[in-house]
Amino acid sequence: MPKATLQDVLCTFCASGCDNLEITYDGRIIDSARNGCAISVSRFTTSDKSRLLKPLVRKAGKLRPTTFARAVDRAARILNNAKYPLLYGWSQTSCEAISKGIELTELVGGLIDNTTTSCHGPTILGVQDAGEATSTLGEIRHSADLVIYWGCNPVHSHPRHTNRFTVFSKGRFRKTRKDRKLIVVDVRQTDTAKLADRFIQVQPNGDYELLTALRTAINGEQIEQETIAGVPVETVEEIADMMMECEFGALFFGLGLTMTAGKHRNTEAALALVKDLNFVTKFVIVPMRGWFNVAGANEVSTWQTGYPYAVDLSQGYPRFNPGDTSAIDAITRGEVDAALVVASDPVSHFPREAVKHLLKIPIIVLEPKRTPTSEAAEVVIPSAILGVEAAGTIYRIDGVALEAKKVIDPPIGVRPDVETLDTIIRRVKKLGARR
Amino acid sequence: MPELLIRNGYVFDPLNGIEGEGMDVAVKDGKIVERVGRKARVLDASGMTVMPGGVDIHSHIAGSKANCARMMRPEDHSRDPEVKTKYARSGVGHTIPSVFTTGYRYARMGYTTVFEPATPPLTTRHTHEELNDIPIIDKGCFPLFGNNWFVMEYVKQGRIEELAAYVAWMLEATKGYAIKIVNPGGIEAWRWGRNLRHLDDTVPNFDVTPREIVKALCQVNKLLDLPHAVHIHPNGLSEPGNYQTTLDTMECARDFRREGRPAMHVTHVQFTGRKGWSWADVRSGAPEIADYVNTHDHVTIDPGQLIFTNVTWMTADGPAMFALFKLAKTKWFNADVESETGAGIVSATYKKSNYVNAMQWGIALELALLVKDPWKIYLTTDHPNGGPFTSYPRVISWLVSNHARQKLIDKINKTAKRRLNLPGIDREYSLYEIATITRAATAKSLGLECKGHLGLGADADIAIYDIDPTKLDPAREYRIVRRAFAHAAYTLKEGRIVVKKGEVVRSVRGRTFWTKPKVSEDIKKTMMADLQSKFDDYYTVRMANYPIEERYLTASQAITTNAGV
Repeated sequence: MPKATLQDVLCTFCASGCDNLEITYDGRIIDSARNGCAISVSRFTTSDKSRLLKPLVRKAGKLRPTTFARAVDRAARILNNAKYPLLYGWSQTSCEAISKGIELTELVGGLIDNTTTSCHGPTILGVQDAGEATSTLGEIRHSADLVIYWGCNPVHSHPRHTNRFTVFSKGRFRKTRKDRKLIVVDVRQTDTAKLADRFIQVQPNGDYELLTALRTAINGEQIEQETIAGVPVETVEEIADMMMECEFGALFFGLGLTMTAGKHRNTEAALALVKDLNFVTKFVIVPMRGWFNVAGANEVSTWQTGYPYAVDLSQGYPRFNPGDTSAIDAITRGEVDAALVVASDPVSHFPREAVKHLLKIPIIVLEPKRTPTSEAAEVVIPSAILGVEAAGTIYRIDGVALEAKKVIDPPIGVRPDVETLDTIIRRVKKLGARR
Repeated sequence: MPELLIRNGYVFDPLNGIEGEGMDVAVKDGKIVERVGRKARVLDASGMTVMPGGVDIHSHIAGSKANCARMMRPEDHSRDPEVKTKYARSGVGHTIPSVFTTGYRYARMGYTTVFEPATPPLTTRHTHEELNDIPIIDKGCFPLFGNNWFVMEYVKQGRIEELAAYVAWMLEATKGYAIKIVNPGGIEAWRWGRNLRHLDDTVPNFDVTPREIVKALCQVNKLLDLPHAVHIHPNGLSEPGNYQTTLDTMECARDFRREGRPAMHVTHVQFTGRKGWSWADVRSGAPEIADYVNTHDHVTIDPGQLIFTNVTWMTADGPAMFALFKLAKTKWFNADVESETGAGIVSATYKKSNYVNAMQWGIALELALLVKDPWKIYLTTDHPNGGPFTSYPRVISWLVSNHARQKLIDKINKTAKRRLNLPGIDREYSLYEIATITRAATAKSLGLECKGHLGLGADADIAIYDIDPTKLDPAREYRIVRRAFAHAAYTLKEGRIVVKKGEVVRSVRGRTFWTKPKVSEDIKKTMMADLQSKFDDYYTVRMANYPIEERYLTASQAITTNAGV
């Protein structure tokens, strides 16, 4: 078979939504992925490595190959018999699949949560308290003369971010690196910090203090301390001046804010800081979402249930109360008695107490590759990789919806998540959902 | 599909001039037909009012800003859960309901077609994802053009034909229905934290004026022969004294009138029909605006009725929202969209005791009552800006009953009461006029020939209300009217009964309407060359990935027009 090339392919790794990849492939083998970052190349060219190829069901303590129909039946029975199943993951699959996931959760009366719960959940809680002044990434590329990365390291996590959207990008009103200033705030000198005009080293867990000090300075109040979270007061005032004197500022923040002491109080402070700055100049804030469709998981969940994550549908209507209805909390309390995990690996990522309980309950896994969670599962159904072997809608960091393409066929018998979930739904309906 | 006969109802069908006549309506294959066979199912509508399904021309129900608002306001949902039933999915209300609930609640009021009036082209894929998910009702969306870089550059260069080709390309690329303008040029100024308040202000860096943008897009609308008029939210939203800008904006469309069809629809005029110099002396501009509408045929309006309740403001008008946030001091969301537009969201509560809120309430009602021709004004609350769409029955009760209005007038801010003209207006709408402003006129304005009437060949979208017009005096028994319009006795969508006694008994899939204007290949070629040369400079999305393919719409319904370019 001759080699083929597909242009303008969207990368499904991080949430930057680079959609100009050029993929060359030969049948099912991807030769090269051009225009992307190193991670992107690896995502495409190693898509056939350590794959799950057959549905597996646990029998006598061991995972054994079975047919798709049997695996679906077992999954449907587990979910149907559970009192409070958790349907978790969703950030690396399509919006169409997430939509099916919500339908299934409603059907079996369970809890649906996405990986936001362990990354930018506090960001959403902050937005619910303080609002958010944001924009799409193109606005920042065109206009921003001041860029701040706070508690994030895009050089490693979103490798093309600085090139496509910030300091190294070419916009309508800002043409070169010289037209923009870069401030990096972090607890250590990251590779992103090395690019900065100003690097501010904040003490670990001191972000809230520093953000509040900046707000104080911007609102024209006197800061009485000599140092704030390890930063001299003069520096704080200088940074505040830079913020107020820019024409269009953009603040990006990552898990360094959301998952350190203060959590949603940190994000709230950052959101409020940007809000305050809009009284003086133009400023936007954008959370650095991680997985390529974690934003989409929030979007679909919000338009269908009203709430972006941690949605309890066990009462027949949506309920949202993070801490109560969030995955880790519900598992740790031992309430969840079955789990469907789609495109995520909670056994690796969740706290030990939660994993301990997770290992006691039946888990159904939909996943393209072997993971610690799939090893612990009762049922494993292999998935086609979205954006490589399956098409579907995803949302970029800034909420721009894009379509991921299908480049090559999935391995024989391997289906997209949306199809598998739809089959499970039909099977559950046939079993007669008890609720 | 089985045949159906709606027997013996009092039919209100303004497009066919039928006013409360006792008659049968026959339905076959989802359409209205002359007669049906003897075996047809019979729906007894004796003593009830039969109308075409409601058509809403302006309601923010889907898309990126609606979803940002839902995300930002959990407190809005938690007090209004919607439990799943055998036929209906669960969801939440209230001011920004989740998608399933949106469809059900519209259907329960007898509405079957709703248009989302502001979608940023870049994020319209999102809008369609939500529209796909809204059950029962037909829908469509209006992409935003008033601050688009390509538009402003073509306007500056005076290349109207290329602009028309670009608008045609955009409507097809976004599967959009009509040209929407919000605060022309002002949102581009908001990039730098500024705003444009008047039609002759200059857009920074683009050297065009709002007047030039509006005129050019009105001309394009005429050239492309689009089914709907240019749908516009003028500059200076919510500011005291802005009624003059609104009148000037209306005047922009005068040269581009179309045969038998208006050239411009000015929306939620309550927000842009204010006289006065400051918040303390806001006065009603309704008499002047109504006078203009009464004496000119090229423009229609909707009031964006205010309801005294908690609401969510959402608009593409970023600078106006920031100004209002400074007053409301609640939660503010801003979301600018590259090279195209912006968005602002603020939560707020309207109070009877607040002078400005009371004036807004009064201005909207004055507009509805002073515009003489019900074909020129449509019922809206600019959902969820003036109030949630579920308040329509309440607004109807104010329109049909002077008594209902006067009771509320006595409770509003005393200064507002004194300064409004409303207490002196005793006009009361008839049910025929209500049918006009809620379905017939809106369907006509949208150019939807199969909607808004019960003539042969029309879609069998029908609302049956438990109102006996021969016995009931709406002016006196407005509470019954309100209840009836809130809970339709039956709603039919394309011949299928979807609502019975105000409850959803079946969920069907609605269609999405969009416009596909055909322009000449030559002009299209020139325009595409411009687009290709600049697209990568303007956007962070590749041009090949920008258009939304038709297969993306679960039930696509294109309306083709032949452009004069």
